[in-house]
Amino acid sequence: MDKFQTITGVAVPMPLVNIDTDMIIPKQFLKTVKRSGLGANLFDEMRFDKDGNEVPDFVLNQPAYRNAEVIVAGDNFGCGSSREHAPWALLDFGVKCVISTGFADIFFNNCFQNGILPIVLPKEQVELLMKEAEKGENARITIDLEKQEVSTSDGTAINFEVDPFKRQCLLDGLDDIDLTLEKSTSIEKFEEQAAASRPWV
Amino acid sequence: MSPKTLYDKIWDAHVIQEAEDGTCLLYIDRHLVHEVTSPQAFEGLRLSGRKVRAPDRTIAVPDHNVPTTADRLEHVENEESRVQLDTLDENAAEFGIHYYPVSDIRQGIVHIVGPEQGWTLPGMTVVCGDSHTATHGAFGSLAHGIGTSEVEHVLATQTLIQQKSKNMKVEITGKLRPGVTAKDITLSVVGATGAAGGTGYVIEYCGEAIRDLSMEGRMTVCNMAIEGGARAGLIAPDEKTFEYVMGRPHAPKGAQWETALAWWKTLFTDDDAHFDKVLTLKGEDIAPVVTWGTSPEDVLPITGVVPAASDFEGGKVAAVQRALDYMGLKAGTPLSEVPVDTVFIGSCTNGRIEDLRAAAAILKGKKIKDGIRAMVVPGSGLVRAQAEEEGLADIFMDAGFEWRLAGCSMCLAMNPDQLAPGERCAATSNRNFEGRQGRDGRTHLMSPEMAAAAAITGRLTDVREMI
Repeated sequence: MDKFQTITGVAVPMPLVNIDTDMIIPKQFLKTVKRSGLGANLFDEMRFDKDGNEVPDFVLNQPAYRNAEVIVAGDNFGCGSSREHAPWALLDFGVKCVISTGFADIFFNNCFQNGILPIVLPKEQVELLMKEAEKGENARITIDLEKQEVSTSDGTAINFEVDPFKRQCLLDGLDDIDLTLEKSTSIEKFEEQAAASRPWV
Repeated sequence: MSPKTLYDKIWDAHVIQEAEDGTCLLYIDRHLVHEVTSPQAFEGLRLSGRKVRAPDRTIAVPDHNVPTTADRLEHVENEESRVQLDTLDENAAEFGIHYYPVSDIRQGIVHIVGPEQGWTLPGMTVVCGDSHTATHGAFGSLAHGIGTSEVEHVLATQTLIQQKSKNMKVEITGKLRPGVTAKDITLSVVGATGAAGGTGYVIEYCGEAIRDLSMEGRMTVCNMAIEGGARAGLIAPDEKTFEYVMGRPHAPKGAQWETALAWWKTLFTDDDAHFDKVLTLKGEDIAPVVTWGTSPEDVLPITGVVPAASDFEGGKVAAVQRALDYMGLKAGTPLSEVPVDTVFIGSCTNGRIEDLRAAAAILKGKKIKDGIRAMVVPGSGLVRAQAEEEGLADIFMDAGFEWRLAGCSMCLAMNPDQLAPGERCAATSNRNFEGRQGRDGRTHLMSPEMAAAAAITGRLTDVREMI
């Protein structure tokens, strides 16, 4: 996983509540056995019509937002399925950070596994950033994970909370499996104890 | 010792290590695997030269992509689906995990196969790269969905790095009225909490109406915990649970059964244990419900009318307007006047034998309305065989339903079973998202009884008029 570095980029406003993983990446794109290439189908059924033409009204098709790196989203972003194809598609498109009042649990975890930072902020602050994002390509937002700070082009700075372990993994680009394998002795010990106390498992 | 919830007890029994910031390494007892969310995980193992740490705890079955037509062993039309199914075949063989291929009568939806084969047992931790893993919570096991990176993590280490969730209690008091089912309970709970009301929590469902449910009904309830945003749903095991589990192929036997049973009987929430959030619904107040929108929280009794966007507040106003446009519905229309052209009975929510019995009881001796496309997709090959033995298959086919082979099918439409644009479906599945059952398809979620009733009348129907 790449290290998460400070981003300064265009933020796209997506105020719709309950944007689900089926919207982010519809099921017909889950048939792949690879992780790559899903950005072309990000928000496919909102972004393209039945014939594959761009839907001009859809925000990611507007010139200002074609290279967005941040999404400012309505409540409960990423609800629905466990498909990691959702963060894969976001990352492949170029999105490295999503800001909302809340995220669905599995999607939230999946983001961290792929170097995407999901930021939870109170409603007023998300609304402020939403307004900022609506200004288009002139409104660039900076995300500094080291300082845990989102700042707008006019200098407004907002601090955010993030799980310390997950933060470090993002900053260092750490692979969870390597970290866990360092604890193999503890896992073996647990397995021995469990085999004695719950032998039927 | 301070009183513990059921969730606390299962959690504590599986923590290998806890860091100062509360990050835990949690042991995983059962890992269920299907073809869609696993190929990249197995590939990751191959690239890093790792093995599956506990192949005996890892169980794979193809379900999402499999066609449900009789020719599926000879022919899978979609090439990508075929590749994904073949990849699971190869990975299961290469890594030596338990496997139920498409040709095996035990094949079916992973969340139906797990309990059926006795892989799911009380007090276990169960994970799967699928959000409806919550289903297994019906046995008092801590079960939840994970992404593909975590699938790889569990394959390689048999553990997950986790933060503990908060405790939420959902109590359903009293008795359900006739025509009201487990599906109506779980949809009503999602309607009450909203799609994010459970975020950050593990829900324990309790109360008389939950105790009264069969194991099948309890699985239906826990299955949709995720639709309210909860990490998992749980129901404390009791005599019904033990009776369901006993004698299943992978359930403990003999002396081990006795040891297991003794522990399972300790799996309940202590008096005075703390819950961070509580929701109580009266069983008597729950009506047969349907969804009208594109979020599972969009739930109303069948006697209701389509709401208007202006009935809502905040961000939901725009979402409801969008949902009404997508669903082709006008505010004020009685839900019982909404016509349907497709009926789907199946899925990990309602594809078990009891669901098929309930739907067949409504359909017996009746015909579905002309022009309706209706299908039953049993949750597993064994459910299908049992339904045939009980004569249910004949009832469905005589009524005009198609009788299919097991799989996820039209719940998420990754196989050829899909809605065409504009088609409207009465579905017993779990999600009514835009495009879920096919691009521009429209989904109304409901119980198997209600779906059967809709097939007969060709519109959303109050099943109480038929019982």
